[in-house]
Amino acid sequence: MLKLLGSRLATAVPSLIGVVIVTFLLTRVLPGDTAAYFAGPAATPQAIAEIRTKLGLDKSLPAQFADYVSALAHGDLGSSLSTGQPVATEIASRLPASAELTLAGLVLALLIAVPFGIIAAVRQGSWIDHACRIITTAGVSLPVFFTGLLLVYVFYFKLGWAPAPLGRLDVFFSAPETVTGFYLIDSLIARDFETFRAALAQLAVPAITLAIFALAPIARMTRASMLAVLSSEFVRTAKAAGLTDYTVIITYAFRNAMLPVVTTLGMVFSFLLGANVLVEKVFAWPGIGSYAVEALITSDYAPVQGFVLAMAILYVILNLLIDLAYGIIDPRARSEA
Amino acid sequence: MNRREFMKSASATAVASGAGVAAPAVFSPAKAQARNETLLIVSESGPNNLDIHGVGTNVPGYEASWNTYDRLITHEMTEKEGVRYYDRDKLKGELAEDMNIGDMSVTFKLKKNATFQDGTPVTAKDVKWSLDRAVSVGGFPTFQMKAGSLEKPEQFVVVDDHTVRVDFLRKDRLTIPDLAVIVPCVINSELVKKNATEKDPWGLEYTKQNTAGSGAYRVTKWTPGTEVIFERFDDWKGGPLPKIKRVIWRMVPSAGNRRALMERGDADISYDLPNKDFVELKQAGKLNITSVPYSNGVQYIGMNVKSPPFDNPKVREAVAYAIPYEKIMEAVLYGLGRPMFGAPADAATKVAWPQPTKFKTDLAKAKQLMAEAGYAGGIDTTLSFDLGFAGVNEPICVLLQENLAQIGIKTTINKIPGANWRTELNKKVLPLYTNVFSGWLDYPEYFFFWCYHGSNSVFNTMSYQSAAMDTFIDGARAAAASGDKAAYDTDVKGMVDLAFADVPRIPLYQPFVNVAMQKNITGYEYWFHRRLDYRAFQKG
Repeated sequence: MLKLLGSRLATAVPSLIGVVIVTFLLTRVLPGDTAAYFAGPAATPQAIAEIRTKLGLDKSLPAQFADYVSALAHGDLGSSLSTGQPVATEIASRLPASAELTLAGLVLALLIAVPFGIIAAVRQGSWIDHACRIITTAGVSLPVFFTGLLLVYVFYFKLGWAPAPLGRLDVFFSAPETVTGFYLIDSLIARDFETFRAALAQLAVPAITLAIFALAPIARMTRASMLAVLSSEFVRTAKAAGLTDYTVIITYAFRNAMLPVVTTLGMVFSFLLGANVLVEKVFAWPGIGSYAVEALITSDYAPVQGFVLAMAILYVILNLLIDLAYGIIDPRARSEA
Repeated sequence: MNRREFMKSASATAVASGAGVAAPAVFSPAKAQARNETLLIVSESGPNNLDIHGVGTNVPGYEASWNTYDRLITHEMTEKEGVRYYDRDKLKGELAEDMNIGDMSVTFKLKKNATFQDGTPVTAKDVKWSLDRAVSVGGFPTFQMKAGSLEKPEQFVVVDDHTVRVDFLRKDRLTIPDLAVIVPCVINSELVKKNATEKDPWGLEYTKQNTAGSGAYRVTKWTPGTEVIFERFDDWKGGPLPKIKRVIWRMVPSAGNRRALMERGDADISYDLPNKDFVELKQAGKLNITSVPYSNGVQYIGMNVKSPPFDNPKVREAVAYAIPYEKIMEAVLYGLGRPMFGAPADAATKVAWPQPTKFKTDLAKAKQLMAEAGYAGGIDTTLSFDLGFAGVNEPICVLLQENLAQIGIKTTINKIPGANWRTELNKKVLPLYTNVFSGWLDYPEYFFFWCYHGSNSVFNTMSYQSAAMDTFIDGARAAAASGDKAAYDTDVKGMVDLAFADVPRIPLYQPFVNVAMQKNITGYEYWFHRRLDYRAFQKG
């Protein structure tokens, strides 16, 4: 297991180096001129030049890259111009917000999609199978910002059940002391149940929005792989041996059907991080996606580089976790590694 | 400036603030209570820096600076079309209790009891340090100071602990008003110096994150891109103590949600919403909607006069007659703009800016002008706009494209991302584009100097050069400084007439600042900087 971990981490190093180089170059070929943008509407060419010098953008590309890498080696990701904060602190404070939302959406989607997919596979052609098809089709075809706005309109504006879409907490609550950065967990640690309730209320609608989007691939994949497994010989044998439906479906069939589902989960998680950008915009969620997009619009290099790097690291970890999960689910995957 | 009035307002201020301090602070855990003393403002974007002297401070950052710092002087309030509006010509003391204008200098006496938010008294050396900083840090603040002939640290002299003198470099009527804009704010010099480093002698890193002023509010929490929380400074001496104790400014990127928050009554003020939403909210009547024209601001169609085809005045005139003015007002602005076209043919030119041109949509005339210019065969060109303001710019360009096609000008629309817009504009090669310019200082010669003068500033986006225009502008500036009203009037009329005859840029309309407020919110004030002033707001 440790050997697997080590070899996987070692292969990640070249990709991370590649990411550093590519993001640096990509941000430099963006058409915008950072200095002109931040010099303000009333800037003279001289003022723009002054800002360019201050930002170190007047240096040659290799010199800028050397600056960037040496700062990076010290753990310094630079400062964002549009928010005025060091990128590292921004990412550290925003990543948990995005992660909490994404995970909540994913867990919600899993809880609904997996049973749904199993039942649809077992009762193929029944009304529940059709319902599964309709819901999943709708889930993929509706863009998240649309479902988000629709849910806000219905649950906040019309019905008044959901709180105002104002980010992670109502304005009159203060954030719980940071331990994990996840408000739900932190408020429980602080034993502040009122804040927990408030944070949960804020989280509900955006998480449902993401879940609707994530539902489709998980449910479809569960259904398809269940169908494949259910028609295989060992299931027929198990049925012939007179095992109960529950044992056949859950213990034997589902465990074997899980591998593709876990792979899909990894993909869905990455989709969700992308979809997050729009959900964050709709719900004023102070996450990492909206931060990166804003930085991109203003040609603010440092946050874009920091964001891509953070995402790359996240993916490396995610893939590692999925690989490890394979090993747990299916012993054969362990020996192959 | 009338000195007696100055003293009167200063003493009234002192009385009022004294009374305010006596009121006991009410602490109640009940949320309703907290909501009553708290103002929740929503807008699309927030500050990137709390200090206007910072590198690349954005416009929302100006709002933070305005409310957390004091200036020596500020404007009186007056009323204009039912909205409280800053009085361009009447100044009063904010940190100064007395202002004495001499021939080549102005002397300010500071309020003796004024303190910074950390309790240190405001002294003349703080004022000098702050003004020195404004003219030295470079970038926008230095540029803005220069607009009022405030250029060198030597101009700011400490006379004694509570007296500062500002020496004039030259006679310029903009010097005094320029001391009342956002930039010359007074900063707690000791506090900032303590936090300055060798690399950053002016402590810009510190003031980016922290407010170090004597203003009515201080920032207690700032989560960039998410929210800013302001708390009232109870010892504020700059004016009567504000009623609102706490201001929460939340960034809500989705316009639809900002509207929903307003309609549900969860947010108190929304600073920006699309024009269509404002019109609908106004009709619904559940909210107070204020729309005020940008002072000294015009949205226009600009043309590069240096290269063909727009070097030909007849072509420019043809464009001016081809613009679908009324359609733009209706379909793009929903009426939320002041038309800058269609003045009656016999209307006399006024000594004012902005003022409407006599152009109106007349395609037949436009076609005839095209033929006269020798372009009957048509023109191919691009029409550019800033994507950062696509909500207004894009429909304007589409409507214009349609009409131009009818007079033989074929245009390709060129959408330029916000970050790139200024760079492209500065190159001065865009043949045809729409843009907006507005100046803080509301004087015609100020606008014309930046936009039409042959010194070719960045805002003369058309590269327009005209010796006659320069004579008018320079004449008006000199006449304003020396107080020669007759010469001034002639020169201003001259430059307006010439700008409309040569039409290097075609004014479309004066845009509106739109603010939506709940019915129980009063005290909105329009300022030249167009951002919100929290100090006058009241709730309930």
